[in-house]
Amino acid sequence: MLEVADLHAYYGKSHILQGVSFQVQEGEIVSLLGRNGVGRSTTIKTIMGEVEPHGSIRFKGEEIAGKKSFEIANLGIGYVPENRDIFPTLTVRQNLQLGLKSMRQEGRWNLEEVFSMFPNLAERADVVGGVLSGGEQQMLCMCRTLMGDPDMIMIDEPTEGLAPKIVAQVANLLQEIAKRGVAILLVEQKLNIALKISHRLYVMGHGQVIYEGTPDSLMQADAVRAEWLEV
Amino acid sequence: MLDVFIFATLNGLVTGLLLFMLASGLTLIFSMMGVLNFAHASFYMLGAYFAYSISLYFGFWTGLIFAPLIVGVLGAFVERYGLRRVHQAGHVAELVFTFGLAFLIEEAVQFFWGPGTKNYQQPELLDFPLFTLFGQEFPAYRGFMIGISITIFIGLYYLLTRSRIGIIIQAAITHPKTVANLGHNVPLIFMGVFGVGTALAGVAGVIAGPVLTTFPGMAVVLGSIVFVIVVIGGLGSLAGAFIASLLIGLLQSYAIASDVGVPDLLNLLGLEFARDHPLTDLWTMTLPQIAPILPFLLLVLVLIFRPTGLLGKREQ
Ligand SMILES: Nc1ncnc2c1ncn2[C@@H]1O[C@H](COP(=O)(O)OP(=O)(O)O)[C@@H](O)[C@H]1O
Ligand SMILES: [Mg+2]
Repeated sequence: MLEVADLHAYYGKSHILQGVSFQVQEGEIVSLLGRNGVGRSTTIKTIMGEVEPHGSIRFKGEEIAGKKSFEIANLGIGYVPENRDIFPTLTVRQNLQLGLKSMRQEGRWNLEEVFSMFPNLAERADVVGGVLSGGEQQMLCMCRTLMGDPDMIMIDEPTEGLAPKIVAQVANLLQEIAKRGVAILLVEQKLNIALKISHRLYVMGHGQVIYEGTPDSLMQADAVRAEWLEV
Repeated sequence: MLDVFIFATLNGLVTGLLLFMLASGLTLIFSMMGVLNFAHASFYMLGAYFAYSISLYFGFWTGLIFAPLIVGVLGAFVERYGLRRVHQAGHVAELVFTFGLAFLIEEAVQFFWGPGTKNYQQPELLDFPLFTLFGQEFPAYRGFMIGISITIFIGLYYLLTRSRIGIIIQAAITHPKTVANLGHNVPLIFMGVFGVGTALAGVAGVIAGPVLTTFPGMAVVLGSIVFVIVVIGGLGSLAGAFIASLLIGLLQSYAIASDVGVPDLLNLLGLEFARDHPLTDLWTMTLPQIAPILPFLLLVLVLIFRPTGLLGKREQ
């Protein structure tokens, strides 16, 4: 579904992505792991067209490198950024409506369904987003992206700063999303939920992918974990 | 006394609403682009001139509908092929661009319509007194100006706060990238807002032209006051612009209607002044004479005591 090949990206003169390659198949949960600053966020921003790509990014067989963010979104890629930028002055319901790509959209998700999955959000449907807790904002951000009915979503560190109970909720939601046939590219630093829910995973170090495997194989690969993941 | 007050209030309302029709578009455009569009009042002038020309052949009402449409399309065109290209070069370049555009439009107006005042008339249909109070008539056309402004503002308010497109616009102003990532074409939205903003200025020109006279200097006259309003209201604040528009409209209207001079005020304070004082001209000014500079006096006061404007937010 998504094939990234020899992707390079720059911030000014600094060469951040130095030939990143990986794939995500349909319906798959794939994790992109690595320490802070190795270029995981830059990778998904580059796929989304926020950072200028050099290299090939194919989605559903179509080359998307060079397209604009909104065109990429409309081809079916959803992006949940790490800063959880919900719109603080709009209500929960309005935040979700923003995710809809058109008025008459019939997708895998709709407002009632999201509300029944998240009673918290339903209760606060007409409250402005700014007053939600961190966990609720993360859920709102993910649900907003789902409203646009993407075929693949890229989520940047969704569990960052959340309590363990809410981390488990996020993991459940991701599995529910995958069950409905939406592929997931999950960026994480910690291993816990990535090992639990991923089908396959990649480890990044210094702007390149340095390991590819499954949760089981990564558990065996002590040297990789020690050098590239654990503190 | 009461009759003077009532009529001054009504006239102030007419002016204030008219000013807000310009200030609202200017503020919205400022929120999006981060740049004050110096040519905004030029679109107001174009509205008046287009409507004048259309009215010669098809009457006032056709002009009321089509002149703003033409102005809006022109505005969208300016954004798409002008401002958007200049945007990469930074804010100063954008400012210079809008400045140049204002001159260009003024020159073009003089070229096509000549330097004189145009005989742009209000429609005969509205040429009657709406009511008579204390023996003074209030023209129906002014009532129409109030009505049409309020109708437009209510419509815009609902569009902006209740409709899907309004929510997208609000979000795009503060978080353009996030909105783009959700699949919305932000540049197209901005072009649309620019077009609607200039169309609003066009409407203001169409309805103000017959009252405030249609001449090539009309953009400069109103434009400077509109800038004062957006600064007083707080850059980027629609509510602030609304309050400031009414404030200035009413203030000017009261000043003009009042028959008070500075000497009277000084006398009230128990002060006398000498006839042969070198500053006699200053002492003997009357409020109606001061009225045109009132907005600027208010601007100075606001900048001294509340530099962010009435409802402006502090820069982070
Ligand atoms: N906007 C930016 N401008 C300049 N450098 C940046 C910017 N964003 C990130 N970087 C740098 O790019 C590198 C990769 O960052 P990032 O992709 O955010 O890493 P990760 O998400 O894996 O923690 C880091 O060295 C970071 O300092
Ligand atoms: Mg990151």
